[in-house]
Formats: sequence, structure tokens, C-alpha cells
Amino acid sequence: MKLDLLYFAWVRERIGLDGETRDLAAHTVGEALTALSALGDGYASAFAEPHRLRFALDQDFVDADAALREGAELAIFPPVTGG
Amino acid sequence: MITVRVQTEAFDLGAETHALSDGRTDIGAVASFVGLVRGGEIEAMTLEHYPAMTAKALEAIAAEAAGRWPLLDGTVIHRHGRLLPGDPIVLVAIAAAHRGDAFAACAFIMDYLKTGAPFWKKEETGGESRWVEARAEDDAARDRWR
Repeated sequence: MKLDLLYFAWVRERIGLDGETRDLAAHTVGEALTALSALGDGYASAFAEPHRLRFALDQDFVDADAALREGAELAIFPPVTGG
Repeated sequence: MITVRVQTEAFDLGAETHALSDGRTDIGAVASFVGLVRGGEIEAMTLEHYPAMTAKALEAIAAEAAGRWPLLDGTVIHRHGRLLPGDPIVLVAIAAAHRGDAFAACAFIMDYLKTGAPFWKKEETGGESRWVEARAEDDAARDRWR
């Protein structure tokens, strides 16, 4: 599944990228995290505590069991702290 | 009907509330909230956001408020970038015929924005910087509207 990935806040810092396009063997958000975690220590560190992560698929909040779509924009980030 | 702006520039509460009610006679109440960078140990704060999603998320929250209360107009402004203690971060100003609707919608938008708009704060203290953790109280404040 080809995805446009975006990372924010400490997820971005740990991975060392603000985004990338990747073809992952994944059908859900959770499976994408597993596939990304195998890519290196930065990814593994960023995704080590899944309960501290939030996700948006094509700019809408989703849960880890959400189904991916080819070419979707998947953003991975900590709980938001605006306001 | 509620205008949403995401910007680095400062804003002026007086100008924004005046713009809502100027030339109208149907508005009986304008309730507003301004969030500021709180000083103390904090020397600066940088707000990161998700540009493609931020305005969309804020507009969805504003639309939800407009569906719950009879509102006449409104403005929501959220800043991003590096801010200093005392700087304004966020403004919500809501115009309605009656104060109860304006107060409630203003509080609702702030409570939803805290937990549902893609912003992240990084605080600078003594040369170090750290990401602000989300607070359970903010989730509780949002959930009281459900």
C-alpha cells in the first residue's frame, strides 16, 4: 500500500523526517506502524508506545484499526496540545 | 458563518469583536476568549501544526457549535510559530442574540479545540525545550459536552 506519511512533534523528531512516501505491507494504520517500526531505531522509538500516538487519514482523525487506502495521507503524531 | 484563521501574526481582540457586531443590530451578545502564553519558567513556546488539516478541523468544530446554538457570527484565530510569554495564542469570539448561547458556544469551541485541532506546543525553559503533554483534564472538559 503506497502512502504519503506525515510526522509531527516528537514523532517527527525521533524519526528525523517530517514526511515521506512509502510502499508498506499494511492494510490498517496499526499494521503500518508495525511495518515502519522495522525500518530503524528512530521509527521503533517513535512508535514504542502506541497509546501515546494519534492518527489522521486524509486529514480526519482515525483509530489504529482504520483501513488504509492506496495513496492516502497518513499522519502520525502525539495527542494534540493547542489552545 | 464562523470564520477560522490560522496565522503567525498577532491579533487584536477589540478589532475582531468590533468586526463581528459593526453595522448590525440583531446581535445582543459577543462572548470572547483569548488564550495567552503563560510565563513563569517558560521563556518561549513554539506551536507546530498540520497545515492541511488545521483549518478543516477548526471549521468542523465551529460548524458543530453553530449546529448546537443559534449563533449569528463568530471568529476563531489560532497562531503558530514561536511565541513569548504574554503573547496571544488563540481567540474565540462568538456573536448571538443572547448571552447564554454566546458563552456556551465560546466555551464549547475552546474545549473541542484543545483536544481536536492538530497543534503541538514545545516549551523552552533554561535553554532546554520539551513537548507539552496532553492533559486528561482537557479530555474531561470536552466530554462534558457529549
